[in-house]
Amino acid sequence: MGEDTPLELPFLYLDTLWLQVTGTVCNIACLHCFITCGPKNHTHTMMSTSSVEEALDTGVSEGMRHVWFTGGEPFLHPDILQLIDMALDRGALGILTNGMLIDDALAAQLGERFRTAKYNFEIRVSLDGATLEENDNVRGRGVFDKACEGIRLLAAHGLEPILAVTTLDDSQVTQERFAALLRSLGVTRPRVKWIPPFRIGREERRGRGYEAWETLTAHDLKEPEAALKLQCGTSRTVTSQGVFPCPILINEPGRLMGGTLADTLDSNRVDHQACHTCWVEGFSCST
Amino acid sequence: MQHVIDPTPYKKVALFGGTYNNWSALEHTVADALRRGAEAIWFLGDAGGFGPLPNRTVDLLRSLPVRSIQGNYDDSVGNSKEDCACGYTDPRDNHFAQISYDYTLANTSTDHRTWLAALPAQARIQVGAHRVLLCHGSPRQVNEFLWESTTPLGFVEWLCKTEKTDLIACTHTGIHWERRLEDGRGIINVGAIGRPANDGTQNVWYAMLEDAGDRVRSTFIPVAYDVTQMSDDMRREGLPEEFIETLNTGWWTTCLEVLPGRERMRGQH
Ligand code: SF4
Ligand code: SF4
Ligand SMILES: [Fe+2]
Repeated sequence: MGEDTPLELPFLYLDTLWLQVTGTVCNIACLHCFITCGPKNHTHTMMSTSSVEEALDTGVSEGMRHVWFTGGEPFLHPDILQLIDMALDRGALGILTNGMLIDDALAAQLGERFRTAKYNFEIRVSLDGATLEENDNVRGRGVFDKACEGIRLLAAHGLEPILAVTTLDDSQVTQERFAALLRSLGVTRPRVKWIPPFRIGREERRGRGYEAWETLTAHDLKEPEAALKLQCGTSRTVTSQGVFPCPILINEPGRLMGGTLADTLDSNRVDHQACHTCWVEGFSCST
Repeated sequence: MQHVIDPTPYKKVALFGGTYNNWSALEHTVADALRRGAEAIWFLGDAGGFGPLPNRTVDLLRSLPVRSIQGNYDDSVGNSKEDCACGYTDPRDNHFAQISYDYTLANTSTDHRTWLAALPAQARIQVGAHRVLLCHGSPRQVNEFLWESTTPLGFVEWLCKTEKTDLIACTHTGIHWERRLEDGRGIINVGAIGRPANDGTQNVWYAMLEDAGDRVRSTFIPVAYDVTQMSDDMRREGLPEEFIETLNTGWWTTCLEVLPGRERMRGQH
């Protein structure tokens, strides 16, 4: 026991299906991006509509409740509205976005779906500072204004987005500052999702890497609710390359679990140092 | 955990959830269900939290013709745990949840805590020829939030199949709804009688299930109770004005972050 017990987390059931619809392709290249996305990163390419549909159908037969689209930047996908409709036909959908590509026409389409879809539809826009300087230092020049405009348009069309904030600087991340920003953009019910930094990918260079002690132990996993506490106990992530335990580890060697969702609904290893962040923060990529 | 099985083929069963210490709503709900001819009445858990004088509610649950299953709150209070295990993630939600919880724990008698700790986790009953599974959050997780907008048909079918049942009745979220497959199987969230359903009215809601031959017919029933009395009790006990506002306006003022966007936008806050 102890040292050589494999750090395996049992798989309970598929509650949440993550789809890396645009892979690692993004219109910007944030300094803290833990999967190092950018305009030229084609490690994970965009998913075809048929592969998205196949994963969604497996999800339905496995009883999934929630679907999340991420990337990269999902709104770069040429068929994004079709993908959204496919997902919303089968479960509640959330989309993680940097908000920069949302213009008035797209916001109107999204707002319409929020009102009329069978299931819940959330958009989560990332911002890492409540001011232009704080945000654009990390996410790049011009990003703050464009993201804020995206938020304003979504709210104007009745789809109030959730703000996703990575807690890079504890002194600047207070609920009040971000709630005030959201209110100034027309959001009447401000919601903020805090994301701890994962010290891999570009963030390892911007901030720091993991230290040796930052790892899970077999003792941690003896907690009765461990498989509920870690999101990989109830979710999987599909990219153009195959299936991974979560959106965080898609570039980490040896983390590809299989080719199709149906093959991967079994226990997974939680011996990556990023797993320590999930554990101590009680973090889940979904809400 | 202990599960109860009652094979009696009932014709009419009343189900309610989340009393949240609202003893007046509990009295009115049970009286209404009996008046409408319910042959069995089940409480799906979460006796405490939110409202005043927890012993009154447990006294009533134990003396009225009601059978109970255990909610996360009952497990926490019954076993003197640190918090209510409600499943909130937002700091403001947790702040208010902790006020309710500390108050409820401190004011629930030892005898009542023992009773709460011993409640069964689930029950399987029959409405006519139909199998009905009673649980708190969901059959797989006591504090899972099953909201209407995040409970898709595929999940309903998978859960009924996995649990070998025709109907699953739950509570925990405080808002009532149901989703059925074409063949009549489905999930029904009976809502809560402890506080309004975030719909701008003072009513609280419970559900009646009736055998309709090839399926179970369900009806959600609004109940009026003494809001003034409850507000006075809460003020005397020093509970937050935010809670009293909710009873009076029908709009939730706390524990809002867990609501999906769809349900959140229907409310006032
Ligand atoms: S953090 Fe998000 S927006 Fe920034 S580069 Fe990565 S995927 Fe793109
Ligand atoms: S990083 Fe988190 S979600 Fe991913 S495998 Fe590790 S514990 Fe699971
Ligand atoms: Fe509950």
